Amino acid sequence: MDAGTTTQDSAGMHPGDKPVMSESDIARAITRMAHEIDERTTGAHDVILLGIPTRGVELATRLGARLSEIQGRAVPVGSLDITMYRDDLRRRPARALLPTEIPAAGVDDALVVLVDDVLYSGRTVRAALDALNDVGRPRAVQLAVLVDRGHRELPIRADYVGKNLPTSMRENVRVALAERDGEDGVFLSGPKEQS
Amino acid sequence: MKAHLLSAADLTRDDALLVLDTAQELAQIADRPIKKLPTLRGRTVVNLFYEDSTRTRISFEAAAKRLSADVINFSAKGSSVSKGESLKDTALTLEAMGADAVVIRHSASGAPHRLATSGWIRGSVVNAGDGTHEHPTQALLDAYTIREHLAGGAGDLAGRRVTIVGDVLHSRVARSNVHLLHTLGAQVTLVAPPTLLPVGVEQWPCDVSYSIDAPLPQTDAVMMLRVQAERMDSAFFPSAREYSRRYGLDARRMAALPEHAIVMHPGPMNRGMEIGSDVADSERSVIVEQVTNGVSVRMAVLYLLLGGAPLVADEEESA
Repeated sequence: MDAGTTTQDSAGMHPGDKPVMSESDIARAITRMAHEIDERTTGAHDVILLGIPTRGVELATRLGARLSEIQGRAVPVGSLDITMYRDDLRRRPARALLPTEIPAAGVDDALVVLVDDVLYSGRTVRAALDALNDVGRPRAVQLAVLVDRGHRELPIRADYVGKNLPTSMRENVRVALAERDGEDGVFLSGPKEQS
Repeated sequence: MKAHLLSAADLTRDDALLVLDTAQELAQIADRPIKKLPTLRGRTVVNLFYEDSTRTRISFEAAAKRLSADVINFSAKGSSVSKGESLKDTALTLEAMGADAVVIRHSASGAPHRLATSGWIRGSVVNAGDGTHEHPTQALLDAYTIREHLAGGAGDLAGRRVTIVGDVLHSRVARSNVHLLHTLGAQVTLVAPPTLLPVGVEQWPCDVSYSIDAPLPQTDAVMMLRVQAERMDSAFFPSAREYSRRYGLDARRMAALPEHAIVMHPGPMNRGMEIGSDVADSERSVIVEQVTNGVSVRMAVLYLLLGGAPLVADEEESA
């Protein structure tokens, strides 16, 4: 979601894209993260997963399914749109809003795990924390991301990381998920010529 | 979206759906403990009302405040307008104060257009009703309400039948609705006595009927218009009683509607005139809901006009 990644770019496989995670890598990472969430929260049964649209939602759904298997209960999964809380709204024409679906029980006093595809500048997560603040008061908030590519611009870190991927700021990380893009994979592409 | 919202006829299908979809997401805010978003912090919205209004003005005010904008309310009564100040001079004053958007209601058709195109102000202009011309946010909230009830709250209104009854001649609501509902794929039928239909109505994208009873059994949503006594300088129908008998929606006529049909009214109502009190308070009436939806739709409009970068360089989005 951060500016500078092309995760929004849905145009299939690009020539010159270097695959860095395969379908099975992603599946393993999600399974491991689900176990880590269970372990780190000492099996707490008040965990709620909130995906940040767009691809954070699909990841939260997958992570929720794995965590539900581990914990033997239906882990609530929702989505949290951050558009209205972005710090760069005025730099582009108004964007369409994406769905926010908070599980019916609400987030008050729950342990909310925010889920996103790529952690980059940290600005998306900052906006998500603000958005969450208007929805309720969780007892704690944690962050799970599939890829941490570094280059933080804010003091934010992830609690659960699928893969640490050292990148140059000029590179682009593209996450593809079968639900949305027809295939699973994480790709690194070189600097895109400015068009 | 363009930089201004002056007319429902200007909206493309995609524009209209963007407003409705945005409004749908924003409607959730009303259920939250904190009914506020930080999005328009530091922006100023001026409500410039040259005509009396209750719901439209407070609806715009609530919408702007929920988006954290600063709101300045201006009504012609008690202002320099009563001393003879022109629209231009008022506009220049607002510009000097740094208005980012001006929501204008005016008794003269075309006043918002003049305000938007004369170069007096740089901000966005939103038409909140101009004379007998247009009232686009009313049409948007009506379309939203119809969509929630009859189209599952998604997509357009293809194939829905909407009947608009009453004083079409003086109604900016009817004109905006005909254009917008047509854009969204609905079939609109206007019902009015011949004296209350505007010249050229046959060129509008809708059907026209002089009888209310014929279209009702095939109607999904019936919209009753207010008889606008204040705009009538001559007699358009013999008596209020006769109008009510021939064009009013009473319980008997409501029974002719299909099971799923809804009854709408833009307000304010003349109970007992165009709409029976029992009809207005019935289960099929969505009149109160229209007011609620009005806030969401106006939030969506203000967000789409003011939330992003100034809309001069539209092409940049493709990057």
